[in-house]
Amino acid sequence: MAKKVAFLQGNEAAAHGALYAGCRFFAGYPITPSTEVAEVLSNELPKVGGKFIQMEDEIAAMAAVIGGALGGAKTLTATSGPGLSLKQELIGYACIAEIPCVIYNVMRGGPSTGMPTGPSQSDIMCARWGTHGDHATIALLPASVQECFEMTVQAFNLAEKYRLPVFVMPDEIVGHMRERIEFPEPGEMEVLDRIKPTVPPEQYKPYDTQFGDVPPLASFGSGYKFHVTGLNKLPDGFPTTKADYVQAEEERQIRKVMADVDNIVDFEEYLLDDAEIVVVAFGSTSRSARFAVNEARKQGIKVGMFRIKTVWPFPDKQIKALAGKVKAFITPEMNLGMCTIEVERCAEGKAPVLGIFRVDGEPINPGQILDKMKEVK
Amino acid sequence: MAFDYDKYLRPGKLPHIWCPGCGHGIVMKGMIRAIDTLGLKKENTAIVSGIGCASRLPGYMDCCTLHTAHGRAAAFATGVKMARPEMTVLLVGGDGDGTAIGGNHFIHACRRNIDMTYIIMNNNIYGMTGGQFSPCTPTGAKASTTPYGNPDPAFDVAKLAIGAGATFVARGTAYHANQIDKLITEAIQHKGFSVVEILDDCPTTYGRRNKFKSVIEMMNRLKDIAVPVKAAEKMTPEQLQGKVLTGILYKEDKPEYCEQYAKVIERAQGGAK
Amino acid sequence: MSGRYELRFSGAGGQGLILAGVIMAEAASIYDGKQAVQSQSYGPEARGGASKSEVIISEGPVDYPKATHVDALLALTQEACDKYVHDLKEGGVLLLDSDLVQKHPAGKYNITSFPIINTAKNEVGREIVANIVALGAMVALTGVVSREAAEKAVLSRVPEAFLELNKKAFNTGYEKALEAKK
Repeated sequence: MAKKVAFLQGNEAAAHGALYAGCRFFAGYPITPSTEVAEVLSNELPKVGGKFIQMEDEIAAMAAVIGGALGGAKTLTATSGPGLSLKQELIGYACIAEIPCVIYNVMRGGPSTGMPTGPSQSDIMCARWGTHGDHATIALLPASVQECFEMTVQAFNLAEKYRLPVFVMPDEIVGHMRERIEFPEPGEMEVLDRIKPTVPPEQYKPYDTQFGDVPPLASFGSGYKFHVTGLNKLPDGFPTTKADYVQAEEERQIRKVMADVDNIVDFEEYLLDDAEIVVVAFGSTSRSARFAVNEARKQGIKVGMFRIKTVWPFPDKQIKALAGKVKAFITPEMNLGMCTIEVERCAEGKAPVLGIFRVDGEPINPGQILDKMKEVK
Repeated sequence: MAFDYDKYLRPGKLPHIWCPGCGHGIVMKGMIRAIDTLGLKKENTAIVSGIGCASRLPGYMDCCTLHTAHGRAAAFATGVKMARPEMTVLLVGGDGDGTAIGGNHFIHACRRNIDMTYIIMNNNIYGMTGGQFSPCTPTGAKASTTPYGNPDPAFDVAKLAIGAGATFVARGTAYHANQIDKLITEAIQHKGFSVVEILDDCPTTYGRRNKFKSVIEMMNRLKDIAVPVKAAEKMTPEQLQGKVLTGILYKEDKPEYCEQYAKVIERAQGGAK
Repeated sequence: MSGRYELRFSGAGGQGLILAGVIMAEAASIYDGKQAVQSQSYGPEARGGASKSEVIISEGPVDYPKATHVDALLALTQEACDKYVHDLKEGGVLLLDSDLVQKHPAGKYNITSFPIINTAKNEVGREIVANIVALGAMVALTGVVSREAAEKAVLSRVPEAFLELNKKAFNTGYEKALEAKK
């Protein structure tokens, strides 16, 4: 049977991805350029018995999403830069209380109001370090409309599997551009649900590490009574300031992601086998990079692309391995060097990292990348 | 036989963090009696709070309890209620938490008229951080950040709630302990967003700075200023000077949010228009 | 860059140019078996201001989603024409509204000009379908998607009550452009 196809914006595709993943609660606040997600879900969620709520502000939307997740729903919020800044308080809450949820953030110019309708890729550090304190981060960077759908499904799976907030972060170009999308059939893509407790309610502890680094999570209203707090806590969920315990818990919450990094980090290698120059790119910029790589190959330049799909955790291992083999990295990005710093860290001085940075609201075009390739000696 | 509060308290979590003379424990007991009166199932009752002394209350209660971030209780609770409309959702917190940092969430929960009960313990001060003035600190009062007297006017929490659209608004005091459970019971029974303001005392950070010699004096003040709504009807404006009305101040039947959303679902699925 | 055909629909916000671009791209990718990407840029205004919608059509995957060397440009206002003509290829298709764009740009372009908005208003009957008139004209002038695919795409995007109106708009634009080109 022919698959269902449609011609959609990235944001619209993400909304459908959320539904596919089993999202049944959305809380948001209007903000350009992410609003299409809210518009589609306000229409679609009630059709499947789900709930949509437009909250009074961005913080409230994040709060409602955490509350809904504790009620047992798979939950989503959508926003953009200024909203992401506001949500940071409760992103930290979701990290420490280990509540699965998904934040779909469309990157526009910044800081502050910046360029609401202009594309940017400058929220990647905000996703990583925007909230205070140490925590693990998972953030995915789609580069096509199809990926907006698929990565949103993947983000729900990761959130459920590791009990933490997961980011999907298209730049404005990817969020707003339209392409043909093929919808997977039900069951075609894997859909994961959080691990529920098997112990009776009186024995349940929400952070019981005897079940591993990702403890089972019960839902409010399902017969289990438990306490959730933003304070450092004991396995039973109650606050503690016991030094040993706080240290161990903080470390576990990072380990639960980083110990499984090979299963989380996703990337694409394009023409890397004999590449002497590697363009490390993501989002819409990776499409310019692919164009430039194809042109350069025609001119006999041995160049390939490493496309970052999971920016957090960063593909350290892969970039480190490449650093020993290549003459140079080229890092085009619509910010002033956020990803470049990470590539430099992984390159460990073995290969130069040549950045191409744009924050003027215009995309990095293939010509710019091609010119930079020619600078490599 | 004495009332068995332990049935609703988590074993091993007491003593609580509240200072001697603080009224929060009185409010918690009133809340427990209301839960008992209504026969609410603990596992089907969510108690949500923000940050502050009063917001530590959920930790002591043997229910589904959610201690959130400063001011955010109403927003978190909205998510819980939307996901689990069958649960009884109670919010607790103090005046700073609810009317300053949480003011926006408070008024919008009122406006939506979502079926939750918000018990706001108004002790006119930020207690946990050491006694800074709150939006409910009376003009002229001393706080650690108003050493020359508070220049700010104070909120009237009940009027704020009524103005914002709450459909059940009541006020009691920590002195009138026996009235607290009755107000909370009615508030929970009411379908819609209910606000119960309990005038409370903070001897440690408010009383001490504002020339109250003892907890008893603070409690006596609550007793003196409280006038039941019925009694107030027969009093002159002069007699009501400096008094505060207590009891059920406002009650209205209006469509409740979760029920309204259920209709949205029905319309989306092609049912009744 | 062979096999890549770039179109740009430009004018003022509110003229429906983004939709015209979307339909063009949809015609190519859903009904004509090609690949297409549509993107747009716009100002903060909901109405007014210069607005553009770009469509890249190719036999193979479209990587860079924005225009590099434009093959065909539609300009419904003088402002849009002045702003967006710079990267139109030599010999590229340039479709203008003859009432609103009177100053033609210098450069060797294949210019077609007719009163697009007035055609919608007077001949089709509703000014609001000017974007579909323009789309019909672009389909005729570029030949990058088939007439059948484009008409199907138009009809799939409009409410049932307006099917005939839009069909008329599309076909009027198509015919007018061919006439004007002569």
